[in-house]
Amino acid sequence: MADMTPTNGNASFFEKMMRIDRRVIFVFIGVALIFPMFLNVTQHLPVSREVQMASDALEAIPEGALVLFACDYDPPSAPELQPMAVSAFKVALRKKWRMVIIGLWPQGPQQANMALNTALADPRYKDVHLTEGVDYVNLGFQSGNEAVIQKMGSDIPTTFPRDYRGIPVNQIPIMRGIKNLGNFDFVVNISAGYPGTREWVQFGVDRFGVKMISGSTAVQTTEMFPYVGRQLLGLVGGMRGAAEFEQSTDNPGLALRFMVGQSVAHVIVIAFILIGNAAYFATRAGRKKS
Amino acid sequence: MHGHLLTAKNKLNVFASGLLRLGCLAGVLLLCLTPLAFAQTPTDASSAQPTIAQPPSPNPPTAVTGRDFPNDNGGSIIVSWTPSTDDGAGLKNVESYHILRGTAPAGPYDTVGSAAAGQTSFTDANVHAGTNYYYVVAAVAMIPQPGGAPKAVFVQSDPSPAVHGVAQWFHTRRLNALIAVIVLCSAILYFINAAKSGKALFIRKIAGLEAVDDAVGRATEMGRKIFYIPGTQDMDEVQTLAGITILGRVAKVAAEYEAQLEVPVSRSLVMVTCREVVKEAYLNAGHPDAYNENSIYYLTDDQFGYAAGIDGLVMRDKPSTMFYMGAFYAEALLLAETGNSIGAIQIAGTAMPAQLPFFVTACDYTLIGEELFAASAYLSREPKLLGSLKGQDVGKGIILAIIALGIILTSVGALSMRTSDPDKLGGYNIGQYFDVE
Amino acid sequence: MRREIPTFIAFFVGIICIVQFFIPHWPFGGMVNTFSDWFGLLQAFAIWLGALNLIKVSLERSFNKKSHDRWYGIVVVFSFLLIAIIGLFFSGARGFQLAGTRFDFLYVNIYTPLSSTMFAILAFFVASASYRAFRARSWEATLLLVAAFLVMLGRVPLGDTLTGFAPDGYRLSDIASWIMTYPQVAGQRAIMIGIALGVASASLRLILGLERSYLGGE
Repeated sequence: MADMTPTNGNASFFEKMMRIDRRVIFVFIGVALIFPMFLNVTQHLPVSREVQMASDALEAIPEGALVLFACDYDPPSAPELQPMAVSAFKVALRKKWRMVIIGLWPQGPQQANMALNTALADPRYKDVHLTEGVDYVNLGFQSGNEAVIQKMGSDIPTTFPRDYRGIPVNQIPIMRGIKNLGNFDFVVNISAGYPGTREWVQFGVDRFGVKMISGSTAVQTTEMFPYVGRQLLGLVGGMRGAAEFEQSTDNPGLALRFMVGQSVAHVIVIAFILIGNAAYFATRAGRKKS
Repeated sequence: MHGHLLTAKNKLNVFASGLLRLGCLAGVLLLCLTPLAFAQTPTDASSAQPTIAQPPSPNPPTAVTGRDFPNDNGGSIIVSWTPSTDDGAGLKNVESYHILRGTAPAGPYDTVGSAAAGQTSFTDANVHAGTNYYYVVAAVAMIPQPGGAPKAVFVQSDPSPAVHGVAQWFHTRRLNALIAVIVLCSAILYFINAAKSGKALFIRKIAGLEAVDDAVGRATEMGRKIFYIPGTQDMDEVQTLAGITILGRVAKVAAEYEAQLEVPVSRSLVMVTCREVVKEAYLNAGHPDAYNENSIYYLTDDQFGYAAGIDGLVMRDKPSTMFYMGAFYAEALLLAETGNSIGAIQIAGTAMPAQLPFFVTACDYTLIGEELFAASAYLSREPKLLGSLKGQDVGKGIILAIIALGIILTSVGALSMRTSDPDKLGGYNIGQYFDVE
Repeated sequence: MRREIPTFIAFFVGIICIVQFFIPHWPFGGMVNTFSDWFGLLQAFAIWLGALNLIKVSLERSFNKKSHDRWYGIVVVFSFLLIAIIGLFFSGARGFQLAGTRFDFLYVNIYTPLSSTMFAILAFFVASASYRAFRARSWEATLLLVAAFLVMLGRVPLGDTLTGFAPDGYRLSDIASWIMTYPQVAGQRAIMIGIALGVASASLRLILGLERSYLGGE
């Protein structure tokens, strides 16, 4: 983009402020994000409508229900999405749901296992002992994107013939009687992109009528808002949504702690924007005078 | 002699009589003593034997019926039933329902699924169209056992009437979509025909596409490379095809200007297609010898591995021009900001709404959404392609009119109901999905 | 024939995909699944093309002493072979991705931190891009700037702390939520409608063979 500021040493203070080296900004952001991690501070958050809807939807699911966890994300998006998954699994443990885990992303099932282990490590559930294959099963990853959801609508055992450990599904007790998506009472989808929430809405909700909430990254959340209240019974978006979800489900965790860092980072960004605008107007006024 | 015989006979009679008397006495004694053997100790509760009362089983569900699942290929049947009277009421011990299916009223039946207590329907999505099925629904209760674990009790309903799945020839719920497709396609085809007849069609200026030639020229002047990124999705994504279409145009201009073009890709099939397109472009420009197959190469399918690779190449090679045309996700800002940091001129185009703000922020020109798909028509100026744009605009006009009508009707409805409560205006209510009191 | 056969395949498959959306009856109902499976097979085989090309290009760079990408080529070849050999031969065959295997060690300790780092860089890039782009050059840019401020502050607890004096429903988080729920959604829907129409038009051109530039010609 065209930059009209002079590049010689005669640039004024405001002209220099208009073109601060991006590395200076990086340093400020780095400090703003790292420092609060060492502080164990959380703050009460007002819960937004769509996150409250998600919590209410989970509370309305009866005890012992059969719930599908579709974990469609990978390590890069784990800071935003892992806290949501952990909170959802904690609700599952409290309500004694039977859980089936799948992933449309290769690393999704692994992330789900990590989230479930984190949930089980909560002292409130120290007496909960899950038996894999009886109380829950991880069917692993299946390639094919939205085609997998379509196939699950008619035949899950054919779509996922073995679980994550390689055991045939017809030998897994929890899978007995599960033929397709219609057998599930609810779907919890944690999604970082494609394939993800949109595909579940188009193929799972629209075609097979599943009931679903979704957790997604902040960037993707804006695209999912039109589905809230219709195809999606709730939406948890980004780090803020994860923190609200932790609060509304009474499962405080990492997201609530990270909100402090996010707060500071936002303030830093706003400060730099204000500096840039002040410099812009000052240089513009200076040019008009001259 | 007469007196001795009588005595033996009398003795025998006496013995027999004695035996008889003894037997009677024993019988009487037995009759008297028998009740004592079964007599319970009255009044003393501490020594009473406990009575084991079996908890009653729940009542079975009733009125089991099946009906064909609408708008499918006949592979699904909806099973409905009236819940057990002990489900949420009465004994309140029903925990779930098991749905069993057989091909004869007398069975045998196999379990095909389960439903939670309170539910009244289940979709069996694994049937063969045209085959008659019978369904039985069993209420499941866990009955406590004395001194042991609770035992699952299944109380079955009567079999349902015969039901079979029927394949439908038309999905009735998609009639509105069919009408929309017919209207849109008709408009597009009409204007394509109109364009063939020579009718001039106006198309507004798209700054990003106008700048392509200048951007390529800049690379030639500076003696630096052009990097073209055709998105991170595969050939099944329409945006990738649109990006490859623009690549053909950019490659032709690059060939004419003798600029160095490099196309690192994220998918193998895209690599193969891009090579064909670029080779053809160089041939059409009259510079087939300048084509270098190795300038179009594969990096990785992994999203952030690809972004890291491109960023590294950009920082080392410092291209003067960057094109981003296709589908992008989170890597969009990583790529665009890195290109901005080296001062490259950047032209982006994507139909991913979430990534558009990042491209608008970091790039010099951005093709927003449908402008990417219009590029082929815009650059070639071929009448048939321009006609399709016109038809697309007609579709947009119809949608705008419907939206305006909807706004007016909703506003009138809100005013007449004197409420702005979204629930009363048909907004969201979780109770419609769950039985929440 | 080089262009006619692919054009016919595109036409045939495209028409079937449209028809099957409206006709559930066999044979149309399941054809999209069949085509998706075929495409999945193509993708699976095609990955070899990419992998071999990557190795070829990286080896050429590695052996070219004058190339400034030489060491990057060496790293690519080494990493490729390391992951492939460990995953295939030293990680328990089918269960190579289970916790505790050597492959899992590489995944958790090398791949995961690298991917997370790249994603985390976005936070820094967003800050530098915002600083550069959010200038009140015009009325529209000023409106965008104000909306950005409100949403950024409203999405963190600090926003409610600053506007704690305001009544319920009028704090920064409520304003941010309103912006995200109404104007933002309206804009998104408008763009999505335009994109949907663009996709429909582009798809029709591809199906009818009007658009054949992806085959390598005008």
